Amino acid sequence: MRTNARGVVLENATFAYPGMTLAFEARIAAGAVTAVMGPSGSGKSTLLDLVAGFRRPDSGRILIAGRDVTGLPPDRRPVSMIFQENNLFAHLDVAANVGLGRSPGLRLSSDDRAAIDAALARTGLAGKGGRLPRELSGGERQRVALARALVRDRPVLLMDEPFASLGPALREEMLDLVCELQAEQNLCVLLVTHHPEDARRAASHMLFVESGRIAAAGATDDFFRADGPVAFRRYIGL
Amino acid sequence: MAMRLDLRLLAGLAALGFLAALVGGAFTGMLYEGADDRSGVLGAFDAYLWRIARFTLWQAALSTLVSVVPAIALARALSRHPAFPGRAIILRLFALPLGLPAIVAALGLLELYGRAGYLAAPLGWIRGDAWPGIYGLSGILVAHAFFNIPLATRLFLESLDTVGNDQWRLASQLGMGAGSSFRFIEWPVMRAALPGIAGLVFMLCITSFTLVLTLGGGPRATTLEVAIYQSLRFDFDPARAVVLTIVQVALTALVLAMLSRLGASAVGEANLTVSSGRPHTAGFGEAVLNGGLIAAGAAFVVAPLAATLASGLQADLPRLATESGVLRAAATSLALASLSAGLAVMLALALLSGRRAFEAGRPSLLAAAMEAGAGFVLVVPPIVIGAGWFILLRHSVDVFAVAPVMVVAVNAAMAMPFAMRAIRPAHDASATRHDRLCASLGIAGRARLRLVDWPVLRRPILTAAAFAMALSLGDLGVIALFGSDAVQTLPYLLLQRMGSYRTADAAGIALLLGLLCLALMLIADRLGKEMPA
Repeated sequence: MRTNARGVVLENATFAYPGMTLAFEARIAAGAVTAVMGPSGSGKSTLLDLVAGFRRPDSGRILIAGRDVTGLPPDRRPVSMIFQENNLFAHLDVAANVGLGRSPGLRLSSDDRAAIDAALARTGLAGKGGRLPRELSGGERQRVALARALVRDRPVLLMDEPFASLGPALREEMLDLVCELQAEQNLCVLLVTHHPEDARRAASHMLFVESGRIAAAGATDDFFRADGPVAFRRYIGL
Repeated sequence: MAMRLDLRLLAGLAALGFLAALVGGAFTGMLYEGADDRSGVLGAFDAYLWRIARFTLWQAALSTLVSVVPAIALARALSRHPAFPGRAIILRLFALPLGLPAIVAALGLLELYGRAGYLAAPLGWIRGDAWPGIYGLSGILVAHAFFNIPLATRLFLESLDTVGNDQWRLASQLGMGAGSSFRFIEWPVMRAALPGIAGLVFMLCITSFTLVLTLGGGPRATTLEVAIYQSLRFDFDPARAVVLTIVQVALTALVLAMLSRLGASAVGEANLTVSSGRPHTAGFGEAVLNGGLIAAGAAFVVAPLAATLASGLQADLPRLATESGVLRAAATSLALASLSAGLAVMLALALLSGRRAFEAGRPSLLAAAMEAGAGFVLVVPPIVIGAGWFILLRHSVDVFAVAPVMVVAVNAAMAMPFAMRAIRPAHDASATRHDRLCASLGIAGRARLRLVDWPVLRRPILTAAAFAMALSLGDLGVIALFGSDAVQTLPYLLLQRMGSYRTADAAGIALLLGLLCLALMLIADRLGKEMPA
């Protein structure tokens, strides 16, 4: 039996851009937050897109919880994704935006509505179900996206620099919320970030991506020790 | 993923297929006829044909000249005075001809400048003889100027608006007068825009049908398109129609190819910009001159509209409004225009989403075809498509019975480029925002249409539909070929009443038709403006 069978596994998944071919070999732990760091253009977002299914690998396989998902469309994978922005439909209110996580046709049962209310309450948005996204702050909008991930109830949560546009204090608050939700739901969270302190605060594991490869992987504590991966230490300026 | 992209792709391919079938059917008809009657075809390459082809080019060249030169002066005058009272109204006024049916404008021009027009007496006094009225080449030129001066003025003004604020400030700091700022700032940007604008006007003038039909006179002032119509409706000489059509298509294709090399857009802009941060610099003398120019330009555009209104109101409107022929034509017009507007919007949406689906993959010839779908329609004017189908169908079915189908199909294809233009910005922005989100949540098909696309695209779609409906409502192209006592639209009825010299009736119908189209244009404009950012 493979270790991390419930997590995400990329088996030499390659994806070719003109002039650059990315190839990922990685095992991402289930039930933990893994931070993904690396220079701009190194392939972090492509890595997430491959797991989410927005891009298909040219070769190789992607497994989630031991199942091969390489050929599945994004909505059929056990995955939720939160982008840096444009997570919400601007013309739909908060409750509808969350409800789409339950039913893509927005046909909601009373159970669904209860789940939506619970998710809104859990993410600190109680009573704001009728607001439109433009009436919310940047942090609140990302809370709506988190609430939607909650009602979707998928074991893997991918986040591509979700809090990059928020101030430091708000970012810490949101990271703590992600950690709490991760613990409550036992999620496998993959978090792309540019900030080393985000990784130290929220992630137990780390991947360092460089030039389309996983240059280093391991426990966060090991990364930040004096004998951590050289490429990573060079990247964060240590 | 592949499944869902395929749906959008299929829609795009279906739309392309529809356009191809429309154009292909027309050409099949002509080839068939050409092969059938070879001697007739060869015989049609006669002196008459060359005379008509020459006249088509000649009137288009002159029309371009009389439209573009005044437009340069007008655009410059309007640009020199960014803030005088009524400027915005004049610019809106200049957008009106775009939505006015050609046949209504033709009638308005005749009521103004015709032998018995409102201006016949003063013009005759100036001439020192009875005013002969505008007919033939003079009529065609005035009508083309009426439509194209406002269009070209707005396009030149747009090019002047691209001059940065800093350049104007620099010019006034350097003390540039009217002459130098024209030479160093205004003329260079207008010269850059000139080939595209002149090319567009030329293109509109060689494919102009209604104006030449109603204002041109006799064999001396006939263009290829009108000759096609006459050869099918009056002489019934299909071989000649085939030859005329081939020459017309070759000419438009040639001009369009030259146009695209000049980098011009062949679809006129439907919205208008009013802004200009330019400081007011004109001196008193120049201001008076510019004011006179602008007033003359505005009068030139308003007068035919006023004439249409005045003579329309003199008609026996209550009788017309209850006359069964008029009511039937109005109902037919509205029904056909609604259908063709709906079809135009569906074609535009299908092509847009098909192209989008391709973009997600790799660029290809088909994607380029969907992108350029608009171009097809412009090379092959409605009369040509109509003529081809007329020739093809005349052996097998009653051509007059298929009139509704032909009118809807051809008018939809004709309005499609404009619809695409109205919908495209919102569509592409929405796709960029929502495609990944919808894919990750599994929102697709009808659910996506209901929850995402319709709420976001509703306004631009309605704008496009209103505009397409106005175009189709006022069109006298295909219906001129296929119309009969059984199937009449308002423009067709108007042409008939004009032909039988029932001028009062014609004026009343023109007023009704003009108001309908302008109302639709206003709706389109309103909907387009209130788009949330």
